[in-house]
Amino acid sequence: MTFINRRALGLLAAGSIAALMASTAMAQEKRVIAVSIPAATHGWTGGVVYHAEQAEKEIEAAFPNIDVIVKTSPSATAQVSALEDLAAAQTLDALVILPFTSEELTGPVEQVKANGTFIAVVDRGLTDPSIQDLYVAGDNIAVGANTAKWMAEQLGNEGKVVVLRGIPTVIDDERIQGFTDVMKDTNIEILDIQYANWNQDEAFTLMQDYLAKYPQIDAVWANDDDMLLGVLEAVKQSGRSEIKYALGGNGMKDVVKMVMDENPMTPISTPYPPSMIKTAIYMVAGQFTGQAPMRGSFKLDAPLITPENADQFYFPDSPF
Amino acid sequence: MTTSVLTEAAAAPRRFRWADMGPFLALAIVILAGVMLNSSFLSGTNIANVVTRSAFIAIIAVGATFVISSGGLDLSVGSMMAFVTGIMILTMNRLEPSMGANAILVGAGVGLVVGALCGLLNGLIVTVGKIEPFIATLGTMGIFRALITWMSDGGSIPIDRALREPYRPVYFGNVLGIPFPVILTLIVVLIGAFILYRTKYGRRCMAAGSNAEVARFSGVSVARVRTTAFVIQGICVAVAAICYIPRLGAATPTTGQLWELQVITAVVIGGTALRGGKARVWGTVAGALILEVIANLMVLSNMVSEYLVAAVQGVIIILAMLAHRFIK
Repeated sequence: MTFINRRALGLLAAGSIAALMASTAMAQEKRVIAVSIPAATHGWTGGVVYHAEQAEKEIEAAFPNIDVIVKTSPSATAQVSALEDLAAAQTLDALVILPFTSEELTGPVEQVKANGTFIAVVDRGLTDPSIQDLYVAGDNIAVGANTAKWMAEQLGNEGKVVVLRGIPTVIDDERIQGFTDVMKDTNIEILDIQYANWNQDEAFTLMQDYLAKYPQIDAVWANDDDMLLGVLEAVKQSGRSEIKYALGGNGMKDVVKMVMDENPMTPISTPYPPSMIKTAIYMVAGQFTGQAPMRGSFKLDAPLITPENADQFYFPDSPF
Repeated sequence: MTTSVLTEAAAAPRRFRWADMGPFLALAIVILAGVMLNSSFLSGTNIANVVTRSAFIAIIAVGATFVISSGGLDLSVGSMMAFVTGIMILTMNRLEPSMGANAILVGAGVGLVVGALCGLLNGLIVTVGKIEPFIATLGTMGIFRALITWMSDGGSIPIDRALREPYRPVYFGNVLGIPFPVILTLIVVLIGAFILYRTKYGRRCMAAGSNAEVARFSGVSVARVRTTAFVIQGICVAVAAICYIPRLGAATPTTGQLWELQVITAVVIGGTALRGGKARVWGTVAGALILEVIANLMVLSNMVSEYLVAAVQGVIIILAMLAHRFIK
């Protein structure tokens, strides 16, 4: 029994090595860009997957010598395995990765780098920045700060606001920090900041409770557009008229549409676009096809989305 | 020969009168704490909000009372709720052009059927497949969650704009000042209490839950009783979904996330034994209210840091259970 099994295993292994060599030989004609991203578990990552798949189609159509492979993973551990599989199956010319967590992915990405692969990191940085050739990210502090500046200006530096924050993470902390730092220099009072876990339902409940607790609220900031939808429903139900603005952030298509339609309560938004994955894939493709130098860091700004420029941020076919 | 088991199970509720009052006393204490902490707690709007919000958990928890008291457990309810919501919205959107607002009724009917089928699937895996309910429903929990994520591409499935206004009153409307979801909850609880306490099936649930072997020897088909309990659970999930959709008008991959834990907590705080054989439907409702009131108080009071809210909630739940034990 054991003998036969071992022989079978040996045959299998030989077979797979042969297959690997064949595929490597074929891949040498082409440039392979592997894209490793989180699976679509909520709106924002759903957008990342959508834009990565769009970029794959567009780039493969434009540059026939480039092969883009998109791989999604539901957890950090799964992403580590996915990296191993990707690197084992072919020679990777480039890896574009949006890491689940910084700590767990740093080592595995370093190993991919050791084979001479060009590394582009998106959104969450690795703990050792020297590994990456290219870094593309949004500006979470600016998401909070730009919203706060606009809000303070509209309220004339006076008033009372409530804030809904997301899941305890660096992203959430930075947005809140950006917002509160700006508000410190004004006479605007932040009545309350509580977690609603970037979840519509929890945001609805939390906003109902804010409305019960505070008789006067001038404006609301939910640090993500998913939560903003829950907030708006709660405000609508309460019939309270003193709330002048309810703002979000992230560039969710429903909210960008509201901005386009000049909604009086949500006249602006700030992007933290999932399409940044596309920025990175295009830049890497540029590195290989046009030899345009792409090493360095690229920080996407978080400009205000207004009715005038909203169409640039509106992707009606994207799930987010 | 069935009578000895059945009368014993049926007589059980009359033995511990004080213990039966446990969940209601706990609710009264939490409410009293609320009144002392913040005067706006007792305002009409706040009370209406809190009671209405607890409707989803309460309705699902009525179904869970059947499953748990018959000796099962269902971890899939939160994901199932999201899945059923998604199916209902897709059905309504597809039918809207031809049927107008009637699409809501058909969609709700489809939801009930899908919910019942999901429950049947759980029940059959547990009874025919003879797999521990914990593992079986852990499996279907993943399946339902993945299906809603796939159906929505990770984004959201919004309901057609034309249906939003006619459907809105199902969550936001009221009859004689009582919010509609509260009325729906009452109807579900009354039906649940009737089935559990006044029918043969209810007694068989207790028998199957307290001692499956004895029940089997007494001629009770334990498998059938438990499967039916899962189907009832599925229908309850669908009823909750019917009044959930008009609230935010969309299903997302995070809809109903971790609700299974809230549901089980509500059932157990309410006095139903987690090992089966004892059911307290009204206690379950009190349990659901306690959870919602505690969450409400965490926001209304300024005493608890936002970072510690979950810890305080956990402590209160454990205290409530301990108080329950000592009253006995």
